[in-house]
Amino acid sequence: MAIATDDPSAIAARPVTGPDPRGRRRLAVALLGVAALGLPFVASGYHLFQFSQVLIYAIALLGLNLLTGYNGQISLGHGAFYAIGAYTTAILETRFGAPYWATIPPAGALCFAAGFLFGLPALRLGGLYLALATFALAIATPQLLNFKAFDAWTGGVQGLQLGKPHAPLGLPLTPDQWLYLLCLACAAALFWAAANLVRGRVGRAIVAIRDHPIAAEAMGVNISFYKAMCFGVSALYAGVAGALGAIVVGFVSPDSFGLPLSLSFLVGVVVGGLASVWGVLFGALFIEFVPNYADQLSDLFGESAKALPGAIYGVLLIALMAAMPTGVAGAARSARPLVSRLFSRAKRA
Amino acid sequence: MTALLHQIFSGLAMGGVYAILALALVMIYQATQLVNFAQGQMAMFSTYIAWELIDNGEPYWAAFLITILLSFLGGMLIERIVIRPFANAPVLTVVIVFIALLLIFNSVAGWRYSYTIKTFDSPFPDRPWFGNVFMSSHESGAILVTLAVLALVYAFFRFTPLGLAMRAAAQNPASSRLVGIRVGWMLAIGWGLAAAIGAVAGMMAAPIVYLDPNMMSGILIYAFAGAILGGIDNPWGAASGGFVVGVLENIAGAYLVGTEIKLSVALVIIVGVLVMKPSGLFGRQLVTRV
Repeated sequence: MAIATDDPSAIAARPVTGPDPRGRRRLAVALLGVAALGLPFVASGYHLFQFSQVLIYAIALLGLNLLTGYNGQISLGHGAFYAIGAYTTAILETRFGAPYWATIPPAGALCFAAGFLFGLPALRLGGLYLALATFALAIATPQLLNFKAFDAWTGGVQGLQLGKPHAPLGLPLTPDQWLYLLCLACAAALFWAAANLVRGRVGRAIVAIRDHPIAAEAMGVNISFYKAMCFGVSALYAGVAGALGAIVVGFVSPDSFGLPLSLSFLVGVVVGGLASVWGVLFGALFIEFVPNYADQLSDLFGESAKALPGAIYGVLLIALMAAMPTGVAGAARSARPLVSRLFSRAKRA
Repeated sequence: MTALLHQIFSGLAMGGVYAILALALVMIYQATQLVNFAQGQMAMFSTYIAWELIDNGEPYWAAFLITILLSFLGGMLIERIVIRPFANAPVLTVVIVFIALLLIFNSVAGWRYSYTIKTFDSPFPDRPWFGNVFMSSHESGAILVTLAVLALVYAFFRFTPLGLAMRAAAQNPASSRLVGIRVGWMLAIGWGLAAAIGAVAGMMAAPIVYLDPNMMSGILIYAFAGAILGGIDNPWGAASGGFVVGVLENIAGAYLVGTEIKLSVALVIIVGVLVMKPSGLFGRQLVTRV
């Protein structure tokens, strides 16, 4: 079942247009890097916090996109893995006194294992059935985190409070700046890894499974291994994002990891564009900022409209799906030949 | 023993609600091969309409019928306006549209009726019926209503020309169009029926779980579990699956895992059934030619 699109450009992902696409791409990445590095020295504390959130969401979305966009497995329950990552960090920090930076790798590793294990039964579920199973996972997560037997570890309904870390080695940075840079470093490393992963042999195998499982198997791709592995890696990304989220917010509680979180992840992936590494940045910006704007928009309807942002957000989503069904990355992809045709002389009559 | 019987019977009552909602899910699944994630929220919204009508002094059963009619029209409108433009879109796009609908219904309900929990009176008398000591009258009534809905749906699809046309449109759209069935409208009617059936589920559930904008999300999961257990392409399987899940959920909640993590029972059922027997107990085995 082809979930993303059937047009070949979405799968090949890199149409060769323009004089030197690779050089231009490098330039774009470098500019983006400079802007991202410069941001903490111009933005205020709260905005930095928001942008740290954007980076964290981007990591989680990237993981989900590996699974949904590249491998074609729909997950509505990635909030659960995000929660596992966040709780691993919180428990290691509060119950075992581990330093915050040391909790990120175990969080990722645990989520990898959890994702791999959940991925094993998921192997047998195609498309919508997997969406159903993960939907149930998303709804059950807060209840499981609330479970009395785990109270000694998870703190129950009250959740767990974490301290705000300071910059190490006496660096002259505020905690917000330091946390932003930490998220940026993690995001950069994980984006680099994902970009390389999808370009290589493994990435081709993953995409082949999405587009034609039988053909892929005939070509010697071990479907069950790659699918479970993909689920594991995807959960690892969500787990690292969850760990960073717990560190940045400084607080975890069961109610913050419910269905809305999982749904917003899927929304972010689809808005950013399926099977696109850089598209998730737009997706992350969307899920961090658009609910806020929906909030402000609903204020226009008066004091009684407090509950409307959800509706505005929903309407925006439907409109976006109608206007750009392949997300921002897909729209950019289809716009590129158009733009270059506008600016170049007609070669083809 | 009495306690166990009590659990089983009240499980059957809730199971009836799951069965009706599962039937609504199957109705849309059969026509479009899509699972409507917003079904629960649509049912919740219908229930609020019923509440408002009753609050304005309508007698219960009049409100009940008006709500069903309004839900039917609403469901048709949703299909025509929101779902239809996405008829040829990839699965994931449609899933996002369902999620958007879910958010819209939830927040409009919260805006119009506030998030405070409301009570919703049962139409059935206070005294248990037939000297039945194991069930409240609402529980027996809910089961009766469930059976009535099932019988009506069966009669509609079995004995009316419209029902036959809808089955034909779901099974083979191209040929149905050739013999003059308006397939697009059949889909819209299917959505209307699903919304109307969901409204019944909401109104039967509300006296038990109370009325609030999130009341149906748990119920929807159990309905999913019921539909999957019985086989999502078989209405009667899905309905009986709903009853089974209701009983299992109640017994597990009382004796196995405690009421706090009852939702995980649904998760276990869904994953378990999909792994062991993906077509469900009564579903058709799908065989694809390679």
